[in-house]
Amino acid sequence: MSEEWIKTCGVDDIEPEDVLRFDHGERTFAIYRSTDGKFFATDGLCTHQNVHLAGGFVMDNLIECPKHNGRFDFMTGKAKGAPVCVDLKTYPTKVEAGAVFICLG
Amino acid sequence: MSVAISKRDYSLIGRDCKLAEEAGLASAEWYACPIPRKRLKELMQRRDGPAIRDTLLWFALLGLTGWLGWHFWGTWWCVPAFLVYGVLYCSCSDSRWHECGHRTAFKTTWMNDVVYEMASFMVLRESTPWRWSHTRHHTDTIIVGRDPEIAVPRPPDVPGILLGFFSLKSGPKEFKKVFLHCCGKLTAEEKTYIPELENGKVFWTARIWILIYAAVIAWAISIHSILPLMLVGLPSFYGAWLLVIFGLTQHAGLAENVLDHRLNCRTVYMNPVFRFVYWNMNYHLEHHMFPLVPYHALAALHQEMKADTPRPYHGLIEAYREIIPAILRQVKDPAYYVKRELPSSAKPFPTAIPTAQAAH
Repeated sequence: MSEEWIKTCGVDDIEPEDVLRFDHGERTFAIYRSTDGKFFATDGLCTHQNVHLAGGFVMDNLIECPKHNGRFDFMTGKAKGAPVCVDLKTYPTKVEAGAVFICLG
Repeated sequence: MSVAISKRDYSLIGRDCKLAEEAGLASAEWYACPIPRKRLKELMQRRDGPAIRDTLLWFALLGLTGWLGWHFWGTWWCVPAFLVYGVLYCSCSDSRWHECGHRTAFKTTWMNDVVYEMASFMVLRESTPWRWSHTRHHTDTIIVGRDPEIAVPRPPDVPGILLGFFSLKSGPKEFKKVFLHCCGKLTAEEKTYIPELENGKVFWTARIWILIYAAVIAWAISIHSILPLMLVGLPSFYGAWLLVIFGLTQHAGLAENVLDHRLNCRTVYMNPVFRFVYWNMNYHLEHHMFPLVPYHALAALHQEMKADTPRPYHGLIEAYREIIPAILRQVKDPAYYVKRELPSSAKPFPTAIPTAQAAH
């Protein structure tokens, strides 16, 4: 089965320890850059109440939802306590020619 | 401002809940003042230092005033000691409960969680149910039928508000819930905002609370004195008055069913002592619009937002000159509310979406 890699943004479009929104068709994603310069991707909406995580706060490997302070580990998608209880879906990423790609499977 | 209105149903499982959902007021998108992402990121930065300093000072003051109350027990000198102790125990816990509930007070998560559990006990709010209730309050701030934390439903219950100064209305209700949770049950309203997988935490915390209260009561009986209860338990009642004075400034008398925090929240300037007790919750509009900003950065956030928000109140007296007449008028005219004026520089936002206001 072939992998579908989608170009999301340039590596310089996201500061270290920050997040960016990426929309693709009817889907929306959050692209993260960690403090050590690695890129990660998750579904864009918080599993608690459909608020986009791109407006949130990145702290170490955590993304905090801008509405209710729910936290996820954006590297694993793991929900880190109330008010979020359901994990986020994560996607593989790669960097090629100065751009960040995510794999949608 | 006054509009036609039928009797509102503040229950979370009643008519106005359904109306709010139908009108698109439930879990809706709210206005946010435009602040550059880079600046917002700076304001959202977490630190342990300010909250550790404030918490150590809080504990030291609690210890000192508690000791003075104990030492002077039986003399009139214990009265001022317990007056201050009660405020530190209960009213101060309100803001600690709030900020640590958002997990923004400290950078370190476990510090937020430990202080949250302690403050929840002291302010008499069960930690898990109130975490979820407050989550809903942020989702649907002052939306009738959706927000479980509307302090002054219309028409206002003035005797109830006055009883609230000593938790005489909310306290017994909370204890009733503690006993219910102890028995492994939730109320029908709680089931609308507490996920089932949190139930165990609710029930076991309630049981621990009962054990603590039972131990303090047993201690009081064994020494034939209410002194232990003056230190643990009763301060949640006799120390609540400042919490109510501060808390009513947040939303009382302002618009319901609007999707713009500028119209249903107040920011009130306070002196440094009050700001220590209240942990900057007086910047309430700022907090609601950007809940990721920690308490120690709210004053700076206020500077970024103020051109886009209504004029803040210069102290409690100015705020209460508006709140008291508004509440008294709402007793006779529940449709009345204080309409906040946006400055000419502010960006407008569609507001005043009716549910019960015009639907009936």
